[in-house]
Amino acid sequence: MCSPCRRIERRAGFALAALLALAAVGCERERREYASKGPPTTPPGAVRVGTLQPGTPLPTPSEPRGRHFEGNAYHVNQGQQLYKWFNCTGCHANGGGAIGPALMDAQWRYGGSIEQIHASIMQGRPNGMPSFAGKIPDDQVWQIAAYVRTMSGNAPKYVAGGGRQGMAVAPPLSRVPRLKPKTTESSQ
Amino acid sequence: MKRIAMMVIASLALFAATAVDVVAVTPTSGDWTMPAGNYASTRYSRLDQINRDNVSRLRTEFTFSTGVDRGQEAAPIVVGDTMYIVAPFPNTVFALDLSRPGAPLKWKYQPNPEAAAQGVACCDVVNRGAVYWQGKLIFNTLDGNTVALDAAKGRLLWKTKLGNINKGETITMAPLVVKGKVLVGNAGGEFGVRGWIAALDAGSGKLAWKAYNTGPDADVLIGPAFKPFYASDRGKDLGVHTWPPEAWKIGGGTVWGWISYDPKLNLIFHGTGNPGPWNADQRPGDNKWTAGMFARDPDTGAARWFVGFAPHDLFDYDAVNESLLLDFPVRGGGKRAVIVRPERNGFIYVLDRRTGQVLSADPFTPVNSILRIDLKTGRPIYNPDKQPRNGRVTRGICPASPGAKDWNPSAFSSRTGLVYIPHINLCMDWLSGEVNYIAGTPYVGAEARMYAAPGRSRGELLAWDPVHRRAAWKVDEDLPLWSGALATAGDVVFYGTMDGWFKAVDARTGKGLWKFQTGSGIIGQPVSYRGPDGRQYVAVLSGVGGWAGAIVVGKLDMRDNTAGGGLANAVRDLPAKTQPGGTLHVFALPAH
Repeated sequence: MCSPCRRIERRAGFALAALLALAAVGCERERREYASKGPPTTPPGAVRVGTLQPGTPLPTPSEPRGRHFEGNAYHVNQGQQLYKWFNCTGCHANGGGAIGPALMDAQWRYGGSIEQIHASIMQGRPNGMPSFAGKIPDDQVWQIAAYVRTMSGNAPKYVAGGGRQGMAVAPPLSRVPRLKPKTTESSQ
Repeated sequence: MKRIAMMVIASLALFAATAVDVVAVTPTSGDWTMPAGNYASTRYSRLDQINRDNVSRLRTEFTFSTGVDRGQEAAPIVVGDTMYIVAPFPNTVFALDLSRPGAPLKWKYQPNPEAAAQGVACCDVVNRGAVYWQGKLIFNTLDGNTVALDAAKGRLLWKTKLGNINKGETITMAPLVVKGKVLVGNAGGEFGVRGWIAALDAGSGKLAWKAYNTGPDADVLIGPAFKPFYASDRGKDLGVHTWPPEAWKIGGGTVWGWISYDPKLNLIFHGTGNPGPWNADQRPGDNKWTAGMFARDPDTGAARWFVGFAPHDLFDYDAVNESLLLDFPVRGGGKRAVIVRPERNGFIYVLDRRTGQVLSADPFTPVNSILRIDLKTGRPIYNPDKQPRNGRVTRGICPASPGAKDWNPSAFSSRTGLVYIPHINLCMDWLSGEVNYIAGTPYVGAEARMYAAPGRSRGELLAWDPVHRRAAWKVDEDLPLWSGALATAGDVVFYGTMDGWFKAVDARTGKGLWKFQTGSGIIGQPVSYRGPDGRQYVAVLSGVGGWAGAIVVGKLDMRDNTAGGGLANAVRDLPAKTQPGGTLHVFALPAH
């Protein structure tokens, strides 16, 4: 074979490999799980709300479940729907806040990781966040938490949707600038 | 505006001929025992030491920090040598000794309400004030308790739990005491609560009666004495039949605003809040008895009449505003006992106090959501072009959800015959969508984004001549006007702005006479009293917040223009103009 052909072939090989890799990510990105198949939930106690640890900070145990949910477009999309259906909108608006704090900024009273958001929804918080443990299935809480992460640009861009529900003219979720979560005291 | 002012001056002689009287006399003692000043809710002080000519010399006498930097909507209460103030959540009550320099703290009382109540308070964690009654100071807590203290010592006398936060109920209103009964109503119209007004025995705190504003007649205290003026309010159990099945149980109709009392007719008048959810498509029917007002017998709670201001409310037009009880000639006839209500739906109503008949209803802000008020039926004629539908954005609705005027009360001066209405001019875009009822969570089903009414300032102090049904003058305020007004016998009107100015204007012309920067936005209720030293004082709480100030105290993110119920969008500039605060400011003329 002539070398140009071989070059083409090699290129095709690269392209195929790239396509396959993309497809693999794409599959994961879009895979729909109708029943809970995610990794097991972190044992209680692993999620810290505060950032201060006496003395040397201990490592936070790795949490595959959170990453699993926020890396999947289907879960994020479901979360967006559930956010509305469970009336999160009433208190947090489309991320800008109302009765409850804004969710699209960098400020997090109780931590902005998906595990911490999941914990806040499940446990509730003393100044008015209701506890939804036993009221919303655990998987759906993870989905809502994953969607909430997209509001501040903290879920991977490839899972965030291009559109938004409602009237908010904030940027599409996939184009929200990432605001690194800071656990900050609020005046509230 | 100048021309209007001239007209007023020209017509002053006419006013004298058509003397406007206040039903219940303002106490002459110099005390201020209830937020509205008197049962007629005129917020008029008979004190006249401070007048148009000398008000420019007003200066701060003392200040006091409430220790809370949330919206300060309360009216200070003054009895003898003591001033009482209630702070926003956690609702600490302070008694200040006015007989000593600097008004030091006499006592304070901490009711320790549940912190979680903050999560079901729709529009900041406000409290609209306490009331003094026969040696007791009575107030409500955000978590749904009514509390009576010994006014001298601050000792707890009784505490009655009326609201349940797990259902979304809070209490933000100031109680009113009528004939030994403490009148209290719930808040939570954005949480699918069922609205009620209750009467507690002032001595014991025991429940005397409780009337719901939705549901069967027996619950609403509708009986043989109920004689509404309009046919559409007559019939059995309309509080059930004007709703989809069971929807009345979560239908709102709360009582978080003002109550007036006419001793001659022995009637109290109270409004009812918006129906739930905001999304009107989910509740076909008139949704009685929400968004209207009742006249009730204070002894039994029995309803005497009702009139609806927003039947099948489309836009959260709560009908909780103040009812000013005035007597004046209507349409060339003799003097009549009337109610003047600057209503959230954009119209100033004049109602017959005895029957509830709507005598007139004139718009006082740009209104396009309602075409007119039909005087034959008493009902608003809604504009079909502004009728919201699920999933469709309806644009340019005026007034916006907070109405032409929200809770912040007007004042009336019998010297000028004018009603001083602090209010707003906002419009909005609106999107309805299906909402699920989940107890204790918001039951709204609509998004809004608000903005200034085209060509109008966001705030306005309007002086309205109720006899001739026309504006006398107005003062444009750039920011929404969210404070109450106070009128005095010195022909001065006081009010505050959301960027912290406390202002005095001429009651006859609206001319600015004096202003003072208090450091944080004013959304409170100014009052005036005579101190133990015989001097006249003016007091107001400063501290931005409330629905309109949530953008500042709630740190809302304005990239979302539906934040804060969409009202934040109309005050994007506010965080740059004021900071949270919570300070009482008391002013007087120099002693010498």
